[in-house]
Amino acid sequence: MMAPRKLSDLAKTIRSKNAGTDKITFDVIFRERDVYEAVKRSRVLTRETIAALYRISDNRITDFVEYDPANAIKFTILRPRPSGSPGDPDIFGAQQYAPLLDIEVPIDA
Amino acid sequence: MKSLKVICPNGHLGFAPLKTESFRIGVDAGPDYIAADSGSDDIGPVPLGSDTCASPRAWQEHDLEAMLLAARETGKPMIIGSAGDTGSNSRVDMYVQIIRDLAKKHGLAPFKLGWFYSEVDKEIVRGKIRSGSRVLGLDGRADLDEAELDASERIVAMAGVHPFLKLLKEGCDVIIGGRASDSAVFASAALHEGHAEAEAYYLGKVLECASFCAEPYGAKETVMGEIAPGKVEVTAMSPDQRCTIASVAGHAMYERSNPFHEYVAGGLLDMTDCHYEQVAEKTTRVTGMRFEPADEFRVKLEGSGKLGERFVGMAGIRDPYTIAHVDDVIAWARAQVVERFGETGWSLHYNVFGRDGIMGEMEPLRDKPAHELLVLVQGVAPTREMAEELTMTGTRQLFYARLPDVKGTAGGVSFVFDEVMEASPAYRWTVNHTMAVDDPLDLFPTFTETVGADHMETA
Repeated sequence: MMAPRKLSDLAKTIRSKNAGTDKITFDVIFRERDVYEAVKRSRVLTRETIAALYRISDNRITDFVEYDPANAIKFTILRPRPSGSPGDPDIFGAQQYAPLLDIEVPIDA
Repeated sequence: MKSLKVICPNGHLGFAPLKTESFRIGVDAGPDYIAADSGSDDIGPVPLGSDTCASPRAWQEHDLEAMLLAARETGKPMIIGSAGDTGSNSRVDMYVQIIRDLAKKHGLAPFKLGWFYSEVDKEIVRGKIRSGSRVLGLDGRADLDEAELDASERIVAMAGVHPFLKLLKEGCDVIIGGRASDSAVFASAALHEGHAEAEAYYLGKVLECASFCAEPYGAKETVMGEIAPGKVEVTAMSPDQRCTIASVAGHAMYERSNPFHEYVAGGLLDMTDCHYEQVAEKTTRVTGMRFEPADEFRVKLEGSGKLGERFVGMAGIRDPYTIAHVDDVIAWARAQVVERFGETGWSLHYNVFGRDGIMGEMEPLRDKPAHELLVLVQGVAPTREMAEELTMTGTRQLFYARLPDVKGTAGGVSFVFDEVMEASPAYRWTVNHTMAVDDPLDLFPTFTETVGADHMETA
C-alpha cells in the first residue's frame, strides 16, 4: 500500500528562477538517489503534468530534463511576458515554483 | 602545469554586500586571482534602459574596496565583469572611478587598471540587418528588425573572454569589464595561465554565483575554484558551508534552461559527461567537461526600450462579495480610464495579490482567492502628468465600482495611501538576440591607465 507523499517532503530543493529574459527554469533536486528514481518512476513530473499544473500549452515548455548527476528534475518554460515588463509581478521568476510543493507522489520512500 | 586558484566572493557584486569573514578565509588561502561578476539581466529592463544601477552605490563600493585591498595586498589580479549590473558604458566609468578613488583613499602603490566597454551603437546593428546578416532571436523571439532596434534605448553586447585576455596580456592588475558572460570573468584568468578551454569555462560556470554552488544555502559567501589539467575542484570558504556533489552538480543547472550546455561567445561548454567526486569535506572535484568551439563567432545582445512614465497605486478588498467580483471592479475602473483617456496611448496593469498576484494566468488556485486582496495598479503613459492621473483614475475608481448587490455602498476598497506613487519609468526587453561579428574584440574597445597614490596617466 503506497501512501502519497508531498513533493515538498521528498525534495531537498524546489526552486524557480529566470533563465534569461524570456524563460523561467525550475529545479527539483533530491538528496537521495532512490527517492529521485522513485519520483521519476511515479511520472508525477512530466511535460504533461507541468503543462496542466501551470495552465500552459505544452509548447511553452522548452526543456524537460531528468538530470541524474544532480538527482534532479529540471524544466524550463517561456514566460507569459519578458521579465520586468509592466504587469510582470515576479521579475526574478523566483516564486513560480510554489505549485510544485503540494504535488502528491505515490511512493514508498 | 601548475594549478591555479581563483576565489569569488559574490555572485552579483553590488546586489547585496559580500560576507567579509569567508572572503578573508579565501584571501588567506592564497588565490592567484580574485574575481566576481557584477551583472545580471534578472533585474529586469529598467536599469539598462534608464542607465542606472539596481542597488545603492555604497554596496558596490563595499565589495570593490574589499576586493581591491585584498588584491593589492597579495599582488594578485582582480577581475570584475558586467560592471554595475548592466555593464553599460556609464557603469564601467563609474566602477573605474571608484577604483581610482579607492586607490587614492588608501594610498595604494601604482598599479595598472584596464577596462572595456560593451555598449553597441545601434547603427552597427542596423548595418548588419541591412547587409542581410541576420540578428537571430533567442528563446523563440523573431529576428531583430529595424522597428525593434529603433524602440531600443540602449543595447549592450555580451563579451566572452577576449577583452579580458587582451587586458591580462597587457599586464593589468585590475580589470573592470563591461557586459560579459558570467563565466568569462573566471575563464579568462585560467586561459591566460595556459589552462584548457573546457576546464576554464567550467571553472567560470561553477564560480560565477559564488556560494550558490555550496550548501546549506547561503548567499554572498566566498568559494574557491582550483583548476588543473583535466579537473576543477571547488571548495567552500565559509565555515558553515560545503561544496558537495549535490550542490556543485545542482549548480550546473542554476539559471540555465538546460543543465548540460552553456553557450559562451565562441563556443559551447558541454557538461553532459561531467563526473563529480567528493575529495574532501568541503571540496568537490569535477572532471569530464568538454568545449566545442563555434563555427561562427556570434555575440549575444541585450536591449531595453522605454514604454513610458509610470505610477503605482494600491487598494485592499475585504468584502467577500467584492472579492468574488474583483474582475468586475477592475473592469469598472478601467472603463473610467477609457472614458477619460480613450482606448489607446496608455496602459494599465492590475496584479491581484491574494488571488493570482504572483503567478497571473499560471496560478492553479486563481479560483480560490484569499479572504482579503491587495490590488496593485500600474499606469504607464507618455508623460508623468498623464501617468499620474491615469493611475489615480485606475486606482480611485476601484472605490466607486458599481456592483449590483454590494452591501457596503460607502466605498468598495480600502486605501493605505489615498495617493499614487511615482515609480521607475517602464521599460521592456527589446533585444535578446545574437549577432555575428568578424573579430571577437570588435564590439569591446579596451583602455588602460596606471593608477596609484600620486600617479595617474592614461595609456
